[in-house]
Amino acid sequence: MRLGPDDDPDRLYTVTGGRSRAADDLNLDLVTLIVSECDPAPGMQSEHVRILSMCRHPMAVVEVSAELRMPVSVVRILLSDLLDSGKVTARHPRPVTAAHLPDTDLLKEVLDALHRL
Amino acid sequence: MHSTASDGGPGAAPAPDAHADPSRTPLRDTADNGLKIVIVGGFGVGKTTMVRSVSEIRPLSTEETMTRAGVGVDDPSGVEAKSTTTVAFDFGRISINDSTVLYLFGAPGQERFWFLWDRLFAGTLGAVVLVDTRRLDDSWYAIDRLEAHGMPFIVAVNDFGGPQHTLEQVREALDLSPEIPLVACDARDRKSSKSVLISLAHHLYSLSAPHETVKAAP
Ligand SMILES: Nc1nc2c(ncn2[C@@H]2O[C@H](COP(=O)(O)OP(=O)(O)O)[C@@H](O)[C@H]2O)c(=O)[nH]1
Ligand SMILES: [Mg+2]
Repeated sequence: MRLGPDDDPDRLYTVTGGRSRAADDLNLDLVTLIVSECDPAPGMQSEHVRILSMCRHPMAVVEVSAELRMPVSVVRILLSDLLDSGKVTARHPRPVTAAHLPDTDLLKEVLDALHRL
Repeated sequence: MHSTASDGGPGAAPAPDAHADPSRTPLRDTADNGLKIVIVGGFGVGKTTMVRSVSEIRPLSTEETMTRAGVGVDDPSGVEAKSTTTVAFDFGRISINDSTVLYLFGAPGQERFWFLWDRLFAGTLGAVVLVDTRRLDDSWYAIDRLEAHGMPFIVAVNDFGGPQHTLEQVREALDLSPEIPLVACDARDRKSSKSVLISLAHHLYSLSAPHETVKAAP
């Protein structure tokens, strides 16, 4: 994504209502899957409308960011609004352990899927 | 100040209509667990190519920005200056099963990228350092940072048809410890890229279950 004329910092400021970083604590991972819980309604902010249409099937935060052509941090803020109002839900990735090591059953599944590719 | 750590190689930018492509396969409604693997390496080393070779969707790209406060050196008033770092990266996707989906990221290994590592790639399963033997310097830094983050990784040497080096020579040049797998690949080739990911998964498996060996694939 490259910032185009539509994507200048002022616009990004506007779509997030001037907030920044507030959603960092919200723990939205790049691969947290977002699912719409309602249809877009008249009067909603256009980015919210697009997110609600996009996430009829689960979609990762990073995919929403790519589709909206907005930096991940901006998308996290937009999503936190929708989460707060219950319009979307988030399916968070299962954490890997402190030592970074996933469980072996999961790794077996990954290996099987890669072999099937 | 703006600085850009761009992964914008010729292959990085999606087609102009990519974002409007209605044929993009949505995830299954049962999907509930996203996994991450990161391919890291210098500009032009073949990251986007490798993602494209194995992904079930056309690679998409996006970016993250971080603003850091710092004292403006040239500013006699000593007012805080902010510097914005932008990192572009791309990604693809592989469905593992009904509930699990693996996202594969191609990310630049330059210095400023690592400021964003925790924000973007905390919880990553493992990494592939993609290496072009003509530019080994790019790789040292990435290897050093991954080790510092305690992130398991393997090294894959992408063959650009230059002078041939044995993997042993590359291992020595990279000063890579013997327990880190080192493989040769051609990122343009699906089977080859797939086998790089399989090598990484085997490595992760051996770290997770040191006393088990994974069954051979059917
Ligand atoms: N000869 C050769 N060329 C490659 C290989 N992998 C990638 N390339 C080419 O190298 C160029 C840069 O690749 P790209 O994937 O965009 O690099 P990135 O900047 O790391 O994402 C492209 O023109 C690729 O077609 C490889 O294994 N062998
Ligand atoms: Mg690229």
